[in-house]
Amino acid sequence: MLLKLSFNSLYARLLTVGMTILAISVSLMLYMSVEKLRTSAYTSFTDTISQTDLIIGARASSVQLMLYSVFRIGNATNNITWESYQDILNKDEVDWAVPISLGDSHKGFRVMGTNRDFFTRYKYRGGQSIIVEKGYLFDDLYDVVLGAGVAEKLEYGIDSPLIVSHGLQSFSDHDDQPFRVSGILKKTGTPVDNTVIVSLAAIEAIHVDWSTGAKIPGLETPIEEIRKMDLTPKNITAALLGVKSKLTIFSLQRWINNYPEEAMTAILPGAALQELWRVVGVVENLLLGISVVVIFTTLIGMTAIMFSSLSERRREMAIWRAMGASPFTIVGLLMLEAIFISLLSIILSLVLLFISLSVLQPWIDYNYGILVNVEMLSINDAYVFALFIFASMLISLLPALRAYWFSINDGMTIKL
Amino acid sequence: MNENIIKIDSVRFYWSKKSNFKIFIPSLEIRKGEKVLLLGESGSGKTTLLSLLCGFLSPISGTISINGNEINKLSSKSKDEYRADNIGIIFQQFNLLPYAGVIDNILLPLYFSKVRSNSIIDPQETALQLCKQLRLPDDINDYKANRLSVGQQQRVAVARALIGNPSLIIADEPTSSIDTEAQQIFLDLMFEQIYKNKSTLLMVSHDKSLSSRFDRLIDINEIITREN
Repeated sequence: MLLKLSFNSLYARLLTVGMTILAISVSLMLYMSVEKLRTSAYTSFTDTISQTDLIIGARASSVQLMLYSVFRIGNATNNITWESYQDILNKDEVDWAVPISLGDSHKGFRVMGTNRDFFTRYKYRGGQSIIVEKGYLFDDLYDVVLGAGVAEKLEYGIDSPLIVSHGLQSFSDHDDQPFRVSGILKKTGTPVDNTVIVSLAAIEAIHVDWSTGAKIPGLETPIEEIRKMDLTPKNITAALLGVKSKLTIFSLQRWINNYPEEAMTAILPGAALQELWRVVGVVENLLLGISVVVIFTTLIGMTAIMFSSLSERRREMAIWRAMGASPFTIVGLLMLEAIFISLLSIILSLVLLFISLSVLQPWIDYNYGILVNVEMLSINDAYVFALFIFASMLISLLPALRAYWFSINDGMTIKL
Repeated sequence: MNENIIKIDSVRFYWSKKSNFKIFIPSLEIRKGEKVLLLGESGSGKTTLLSLLCGFLSPISGTISINGNEINKLSSKSKDEYRADNIGIIFQQFNLLPYAGVIDNILLPLYFSKVRSNSIIDPQETALQLCKQLRLPDDINDYKANRLSVGQQQRVAVARALIGNPSLIIADEPTSSIDTEAQQIFLDLMFEQIYKNKSTLLMVSHDKSLSSRFDRLIDINEIITREN
């Protein structure tokens, strides 16, 4: 009966109560979507590369090596020689290795030389593989495979011609050796999307007439001749590595870091990604903090609305009291109301969240490479909700205590 | 029927010592079944008297007995229970919870009083019967309380005060918000029910012309002394 009347009372104030509920649920939704985006961004980010046990490159900090080898941001300080790479490859612990050669670009997109193993060994998001959407992987020396982002932004299709520029921002092109698009990859949400991929041999080929970063004047080896040459690279920039047994990762890492003939660094991708996230994640934490403040603000708003409704409900409370309700019943009624409002807000916010996430999920994934999981609630969410209900109960004590004071003092007088 | 339902002895009340509103009630006795009209202008202390009788306020000194129980000695929780069990209250106006249905409004006291709810077998039916006897429309429960006319609302308030048959009905100017013609009809219906239930009625009004319906007329200025 009390519950029913309390509900009736709320229903009678449908507009104000409804607006309150809407405000609270939007703020809750804001909090939850920031939280969801944050955790999803974290998982997507730390899953940029998976199932690779070690990444090796010239001596550098782990974040730096991670940035240029996986995210293709910044430059390698140095290369590693093909011989060192072969040494590592011949270690018993090593199961597989994929060499990567960076340094050139095409219209602002990085060009990466590698072999065909890259497409099978590079995994992301917990083991997803790269899929060729159109065409095929490189076959010919001058074949190139484009990431989805490159193809889309430059509007390239299969067989589109393409010139690789030397370096990252130079005006000298390798225009004597034009490439042709052989395949386009499916969107991955990783830096692969923005990469132009060629074979290691192709990287060698375009640098045949080059020495220490500049073209040797007058030298122009014909393409037919280049095709006949041994195009085994002398240097590579980095390599992805898989081990046979996870137990050997650390000893192998130590061995590489202490490799006497060349200064090299081997990093654990997971650890490096987390280290990197600590830098990137600050913004997310800030957003989270803001949305907590927004929730708190709406709670204050709810209290304000309860306060303002008190004066018009003073009569109502006098009636309750005349019927024999104790002042504590009045306090209980108001707190019940607050709990009811927050419960409804939570439900509404969840509905709003799941609808908006379901609609936006593909879009966010496509544009930002973040896979938001529209799954069940986590334990953490449940804690937040419990905390929220507790907070709303606590804050509703303020108007409830005022109502208590009214009901003690009003007695038979009905204030108009 | 010479038993007193209300017995006030040397009651003194004020909000604070500095307050210039201090009242003293030397003595007031009302017998069971009596219908008493309490005459007084606003500001005469009648609302305070009613609040004391209903246990909303506690006297500074003196005793108030209802049905032989000294209610000034009860805890505030017991006072609330006592009020629910023994007194049916009718306010001047705005008696009903506007958002609740008529029957729900009538049944409200039963929720707080075991004594009154146990005295009724079928509360729903009893409430409907009361509505019928008070000439309220048959489909009355289809309305929310705030859709009724003021006269109808006051009649619903009577039904609510009477349900479960409390021994004392306290009415604070129940007719002041309804027009003169409707007043007579309202009083006829209310008295009919009060006689039927053999309840005691203490009604406050400033309208002397109503006195013919009552057993006794008390001028509030004769029982309350203002102290300054």
